[in-house]
Amino acid sequence: MNDATMKPPLAARREIPHVVSPGLWTLAWRRLVSDSVAMVSLAIVVAFVLLMAASGLGVIAADWAREVGVNYAPPTFVGPDAAPAAPGAPGRAGEPAAPAGPTPGSAFDSTVVDPIGDVLAELKAEAKGKAEAPPAPGGFVDPLADVMKEIDAAKAAPPEGKSVDPLADVMKDIEAGRGAKEPAAAPAATERRATLPFGADKWGRDVIAKTIKGSETSIFVGLAAALVATFIGTVLGAVAGYYGRWVDDTLNWFYSIFSSIPYLLLILAVAAVLQHKGTMTIVFILGLTGWTGVFRLIRAEYLKHKGREYVQAADAIGASNARRMFRHIFPNVSHVVLVQMSILVVAFIKSEVILSYLGFGVPVDVVSWGSMLNEAQNELLLGKWWQLAAAGGTMAVLVTAFSLFTDALRDALDPKLKGTTGQ
Amino acid sequence: MTKTTTNLADPLVRVRDLSVSFRLDRKTTFEAVRGVSFDIPHDATVALVGESGSGKSVTSLAILGLLPPENAIVDAKSQILYGGRNLARLAASELRGMRGADISMIFQEPMTSLNPVFTVGFQIEEVLRLHMGLSGAAARKRAVDVLAEVGIPEPERRIDMFPSQLSGGQQQRVMIAMAIACEPKLLIADEPTTALDVTIQKQILELIGELQKRRQMSVLFITHDLAVVGEIADHVIVMRDGEIREQGPARDVFERPQDPYTTALLKCRPQIDRRPARLPVIDDFMSGAGIDPGTVLERPRGVAPDDPVVLSVRNLSKSFWSREGLFGRREFRAVKDVSFDLPKGKTLGLVGESGSGKTTVGLTLMRLHEATGGEAHFDGRDILAMSAREFLPYKRRIQIIFQNPYASLNPRFIVGQILTEPMEIHGIGASAQERTELAFELLHKVGLPEVSFYKYPHEFSGGQRQRIAIARCLTLKPDILICDESVSALDVSVQAQVLNLLQDLQAEFGLSYIFISHDLAVVKYISDQVMVMNEGAVVEIANSDEIYRNPREPYTQRLLASIPKGWHGEHARAVG
Repeated sequence: MNDATMKPPLAARREIPHVVSPGLWTLAWRRLVSDSVAMVSLAIVVAFVLLMAASGLGVIAADWAREVGVNYAPPTFVGPDAAPAAPGAPGRAGEPAAPAGPTPGSAFDSTVVDPIGDVLAELKAEAKGKAEAPPAPGGFVDPLADVMKEIDAAKAAPPEGKSVDPLADVMKDIEAGRGAKEPAAAPAATERRATLPFGADKWGRDVIAKTIKGSETSIFVGLAAALVATFIGTVLGAVAGYYGRWVDDTLNWFYSIFSSIPYLLLILAVAAVLQHKGTMTIVFILGLTGWTGVFRLIRAEYLKHKGREYVQAADAIGASNARRMFRHIFPNVSHVVLVQMSILVVAFIKSEVILSYLGFGVPVDVVSWGSMLNEAQNELLLGKWWQLAAAGGTMAVLVTAFSLFTDALRDALDPKLKGTTGQ
Repeated sequence: MTKTTTNLADPLVRVRDLSVSFRLDRKTTFEAVRGVSFDIPHDATVALVGESGSGKSVTSLAILGLLPPENAIVDAKSQILYGGRNLARLAASELRGMRGADISMIFQEPMTSLNPVFTVGFQIEEVLRLHMGLSGAAARKRAVDVLAEVGIPEPERRIDMFPSQLSGGQQQRVMIAMAIACEPKLLIADEPTTALDVTIQKQILELIGELQKRRQMSVLFITHDLAVVGEIADHVIVMRDGEIREQGPARDVFERPQDPYTTALLKCRPQIDRRPARLPVIDDFMSGAGIDPGTVLERPRGVAPDDPVVLSVRNLSKSFWSREGLFGRREFRAVKDVSFDLPKGKTLGLVGESGSGKTTVGLTLMRLHEATGGEAHFDGRDILAMSAREFLPYKRRIQIIFQNPYASLNPRFIVGQILTEPMEIHGIGASAQERTELAFELLHKVGLPEVSFYKYPHEFSGGQRQRIAIARCLTLKPDILICDESVSALDVSVQAQVLNLLQDLQAEFGLSYIFISHDLAVVKYISDQVMVMNEGAVVEIANSDEIYRNPREPYTQRLLASIPKGWHGEHARAVG
């Protein structure tokens, strides 16, 4: 063909007025906006994610570990626990009575001056005074010291410094556990409240703050693991579906192995092998085991699309394999990826809860919905239902909202599917 | 099941003010059929003709009560009177009793209309069980009889076969057998021959005509192809945009069309015996601007022996292997030793029935399939022997336009991306700005407004999309353009426009075309030279006028005899 005839007249062409037509995402968004269920669930999901971000940045619930209430402080709307017969008396029914004085596990009446507070305050003062002389054990309330010793022994922590007082170590432990920078005397200084808006846990930590912190962990794990799994599944699925032949065979072989092992067992095995506990470990485990569903779907999509005429047309104009795979086919299957990811987020939030509940999840110093449920199972025996209600309720709300949103998203992205049961 | 008794004085079906709209979403509805009225007389064939979107299929589905209930709205005033009852208002259960027994239907795709997991016999017997109360041996005997009646050889053996074991033509015969098994009074045939090869189309048309006469039933024949209508219809109804443009006896509609749209439909289709320089398009008639003088002039076509050759193909072969057993493979030779020369600036037409290997030839030359053997000399080099890297610069010089304009454009790209991408890949145009300018220029060249640049393919009609596909090929300034059934999926009027465009571009840029099609009239119109293929091999190759005037091979003769003759065939003489 003659080049000259095709030369565009480059003499300053006027910019033509235009409106770029709405693409897939714009249209899908419009359909989504017209769906009230989708918008409500999206609002809930967004609220949760904002909560997660705020808590992650330390704006809220940063001091979730502070013991602001008395142990097992009930929710405000329930009212404070009725005063037990006498201070230091055994707690509620069903709890084994402590030999003398309250154990850390028993309920307290806020009207009674907290004996531990006193002890700690004194200890603190002594510690500041370098504790030259060993404290006279007789001057203290003996039973408490015994209890503390027991705890100490369990931890098998060597005594530190010159302090021979076992309680000083306990103090340090408690402080370290809290990770709080406030003076150790703080819990004693601020008065522990008898009731909290939604109650307190075993150690008197605010359940609301704890739930927020727990949400942060669970949602983060869900989102991050879903991202990892979707990424692995999409890339492998695209490669397998597009290239076919031995590449497909090999990857299918991997897929078969992964999917032939019972899911939970696989997770537990990886968790056991990794040894290292941490939030990122959970993300890694879930991502590494959860890609199979995405892989299967994306592989099928690529198989279907690679034979389509538009991909052949791309081949005809000289587009490379990578270009065809990711610039041409990927935008056409991206809605499948998005919906799959959305389904995975819910699945992984649930998986994280199960893992933490079983003790394979997040480490003990991190709170998540799963670890809260784990604690709550014992508390429920004592009739302390609020931690369970908080963790379970929040999880139910988020998971339901997310699932509804996923359904709406699928309908919006692929209106032809509407009314069918989906994949 | 009692059959509805009808008074012979009245027409069999009387449709009055039929309006159907579809709910698209909560706010918008689309009126597919707007106040249509017509009669279907006893013992006659009525053809409902229209292009896509004319509402012809919706009308037929409304008669059967098969419209999707979730979004179709039949207007309250609509009447479909059959045997004194208004089918538009009938309860679903009553309608179900009538379907198959009084009114039955055959669809376009026999492959998808038959259930693949049941035998042919089971599916026919099922109809008989439901509507005539036959069962066991009686149903089977009746099924064998009906299969024999629709011309299936060895019906006793074929009755136990699965649909996949039958050819496309036989499947359509089975569909017809199912439809007529209960002796319906009305048979609705929705494009029953569109998916079939031209030779089989002829047989099916003859079969439907015969059955109509023998059974004295009425047939409502829905099609987009007036040439087919001329072979079969007594009455013709022409629809456009949900309205009836013209209706009357076939003779009147064909010989003295009253509506400009009907005239346009009759004239836009390439005819075997004429080759105007330009095909008339619908707008010429609808606007009343008069006919372009170009449509009167004849365009000479043909290849002289001394024309320079741009592509020379020798012994091209392509085999596919299917796995068989554990280690065995079976070879299927899709293309066998095909040789031809493509002269510069000329068109080589490639015709053949489905499975003849004509598309494979095109794809192999583009190296979308790797050839099994043979050579293709282009610019003095064998393009089939090159490495993929060596071939890349040649790739842009041979381009292809696919059959389905709905599938060949990436739905996620705006037209601008579709047009600039090939230029980016091959480094045409110095900057993005220059490529954009070039894209504007090409849009203009293929007759699309410049704002198209910013739109997505789904916003265009089939014909417009095919123009975009053509523009995409032109970005690479190819020497050879392979058109693989490029106008087959288009409506007659749009087909004419695209054919005109292709001819204009050929004249302007000296392009050489390989034009692959099953439509013999279109190939005759656009080609200088025609190559007939059958089962992967070349049957005959000659100048197009020559081959249509004196076909040498029996296969070519048979193929040409199958072309629907429109109002010039035997049917017209018989009705005469």
